[in-house]
Amino acid sequence: MKRVLLPLAVFLLIVGFLAVGLNLDPREVPSPLIGKAAPAFELPVLGQDGRRFLPTEMRGKVWLLNVWASWCVSCRDEHPVLVELSKKDLLPILGLNYKDNGEDAQRWLKQFGNPYQLSAVDADGRIGIDYGVYGVPETYLIDADGVIRFKQIGPLTPAVLERKVLPMAAALKK
Amino acid sequence: MIPELGHFALIIAAVIALVQGTLPLLGAARRIPAFTALARPAAQGQLVFVAFAFSCLAWSFYSNDFTVLNVATNSNSQLPVHYRIAATWGSHEGSLLLWVLMLSVWMLAVSVFSGALPDDMVARILGVMGLVSLGFLSFLLFTSNPFERLLPGAADGRDLNPLLQDPGMVFHPPMLYMGYVGFSVAFAFAISALLDGRLDASWARWSRPWTTAAWMFLTIGIMLGSFWSYYELGWGGWWFWDPVENASFMPWLVGTALIHSLAVTEKRGAFKAWTVLLAILAFSLSLLGTFLVRSGVLTSVHAFATDPRRGVFILGFLAFVIGGSLALYAWRMGKVAPGARFELLSRESMLLANSVLLLVACGAVLLGTLYPLFLDALGLAKISVGPPYFDSVFLPLMAPAVLLAGVGPLIAWRKGDGAQAARRLRWAAMVALVFALFAPLAFGRWGALTAFGLLLGAWVIGGAITALVVRLKINPRINSAFAGMLLAHAGIGVFILAVTLVKSYETERDLRMAPGESVTLGGYTFRFDGVREVPGPNYRAARGTVVVTRDGAPVASLAPEKRIYRVQQNPMTEAAIDYGATRHVYVSLGESVGGGAWTVRIHIKPFVGWIWGGCILMALGGLLALSDRRYRGSARRAPATEDATAVRSAT
Repeated sequence: MKRVLLPLAVFLLIVGFLAVGLNLDPREVPSPLIGKAAPAFELPVLGQDGRRFLPTEMRGKVWLLNVWASWCVSCRDEHPVLVELSKKDLLPILGLNYKDNGEDAQRWLKQFGNPYQLSAVDADGRIGIDYGVYGVPETYLIDADGVIRFKQIGPLTPAVLERKVLPMAAALKK
Repeated sequence: MIPELGHFALIIAAVIALVQGTLPLLGAARRIPAFTALARPAAQGQLVFVAFAFSCLAWSFYSNDFTVLNVATNSNSQLPVHYRIAATWGSHEGSLLLWVLMLSVWMLAVSVFSGALPDDMVARILGVMGLVSLGFLSFLLFTSNPFERLLPGAADGRDLNPLLQDPGMVFHPPMLYMGYVGFSVAFAFAISALLDGRLDASWARWSRPWTTAAWMFLTIGIMLGSFWSYYELGWGGWWFWDPVENASFMPWLVGTALIHSLAVTEKRGAFKAWTVLLAILAFSLSLLGTFLVRSGVLTSVHAFATDPRRGVFILGFLAFVIGGSLALYAWRMGKVAPGARFELLSRESMLLANSVLLLVACGAVLLGTLYPLFLDALGLAKISVGPPYFDSVFLPLMAPAVLLAGVGPLIAWRKGDGAQAARRLRWAAMVALVFALFAPLAFGRWGALTAFGLLLGAWVIGGAITALVVRLKINPRINSAFAGMLLAHAGIGVFILAVTLVKSYETERDLRMAPGESVTLGGYTFRFDGVREVPGPNYRAARGTVVVTRDGAPVASLAPEKRIYRVQQNPMTEAAIDYGATRHVYVSLGESVGGGAWTVRIHIKPFVGWIWGGCILMALGGLLALSDRRYRGSARRAPATEDATAVRSAT
């Protein structure tokens, strides 16, 4: 190949990568916890004084842990999807109320609906750190042995539910 | 009504750009004088309409017209008036309009100052620039309309990002864009030369002042960005190798190689292929930079809000312009005869080495900037590349280039006399070496890297002074171009000295201070006098008072602030700096930790101001160089080349 064609060739290679890059999100960080045990915690429960929740209570069940907050705008987009899902009773949905105020949280649930069996309250965000939460809302699919199988960063959409979460949950239940 | 008029003006400008980008090029190729003659009036017409459109947008901001989406998103009625106007270019759409305005200004300049150039050459140059303008205007009109309406209008705007409410940010984008866009002139010259096959020394002579001007603006633009980030962001640093910073730095590196390469092509008729390629690359990197910050492809603190449609458009435009010009290069350049021969030790070889080193350095920066994208696209990993990579790669590449810069001006064209140059430089070498070895001791700590940095800086300055002395002995009158070169080289030396001193000797303390407490650092005593609430035009601030003394004598009373802008509710740190020629004293507030106590960060940075001072010297050198007499009037005559065989180009 003639040497003069080299700059053009290099450029076309770069353009190829840039074109692929347009469809990627550089801010999205995949979770290193996939396939690992969900970090343990013991947290108070929203609206139930004295009750504490540990994820080990959910052993033997395949369930969703949804990180949400009343101040989170995208959570409102996602919430109807969760409410719909909870009505179908396919798998338990538990909430992790992240860096929120108890009154605001309860008011929010009353206004938008409550799909959660319960919501654990992570007021200072420490458990969020353990789980690698960096952008609310996030949702974790956890299996019967307490291992994280899937993480959705950002709102849970019906498409992701249909194509990823529900089939995976069904397979895990067997 | 006014936004619609502005929108309409943009459409007219786009039509003019279409005419300008097609007919003159056709006219030059087919020798149709009627078409060729359209170039200048078209360029001038474009400026009229683009300037009008820009004024319409600026007026919408000034008059707080919140029925315009851009104004509602980026301004606010409480925003001080000068920032309201600067907000015109504070958004993606507005800054693109600024880009197009700058391009129109450069096109006007080319149309006015090109009396000496043949008409068909001007037609080609303006034709190419017209095509670029058409691309950007289309981008504006189809995907990024600044005049889009928001109906019903907002009651008030969402305010300009507080980080942009600052004088530095008012001037930084215009300067930067003048640089980016200015490289389109060099690019147009190169494409024009490829199209008509007239690639000779006179082409280089005509290109040079335009390229130097663009380089000068880009230098100032980058300098302003760095200085702004230093005094505004509160982290005490001035360069982060952020993708957007790199996007401005890469055209600068290639632009520097280009102005050096043009010198060789002008004087010796050599390096033609290299110069043309560098001209294409410099502008390509400007375009690539524009793409990178607006497409969402890279994370950066600087990136505009993204929309995939925009990314696709610019990428397509990029592929067309850059791919097309590189294809043209491959097609036409293979036939151009090589230039005059030169020895291994000669000015040509020095400049070639300079070009190669700068280009490799640029390649290294490009690799580091795009590497996260490459890995992500291949599905390999998600990583970020930062200062550790860039510092370790960039410095070893620049060090030899800087060493050469001290020697180069003393080596003759075609065949240099090494022994004579060494003899002349011995004083500079000795002084630099002694300085490098002993100056660190004055600061209290000797380090090999520090000494090396000081050596490089002193060496460049010493080399420049030596070249001046040698030249004065031959001819007491020196021309602007020579003086400009020396000044710019000296600027680099100053820059390197400043960076070395700051990085080696800056001191910092980050601590909790209660009102009345004092702390000492670097010979200065800092007394924290507490924080009080102070209202601003569109923010409220917690303003601290830190009294700085040295040996009991007062030095400064600094007022660092933590501001909350009312509309966006973002907290922002305003550092307080005592500027001094030999050091900056830099104080910023951290967090309130209760009981009136705050965390306070104190820096002492020796000679840091000379980082930007060095850049200003470089830019002044560029200004001197381009104002040389030989670029004015006398350019009407084709320059006599030193080597008659240089004027040989294939068609």
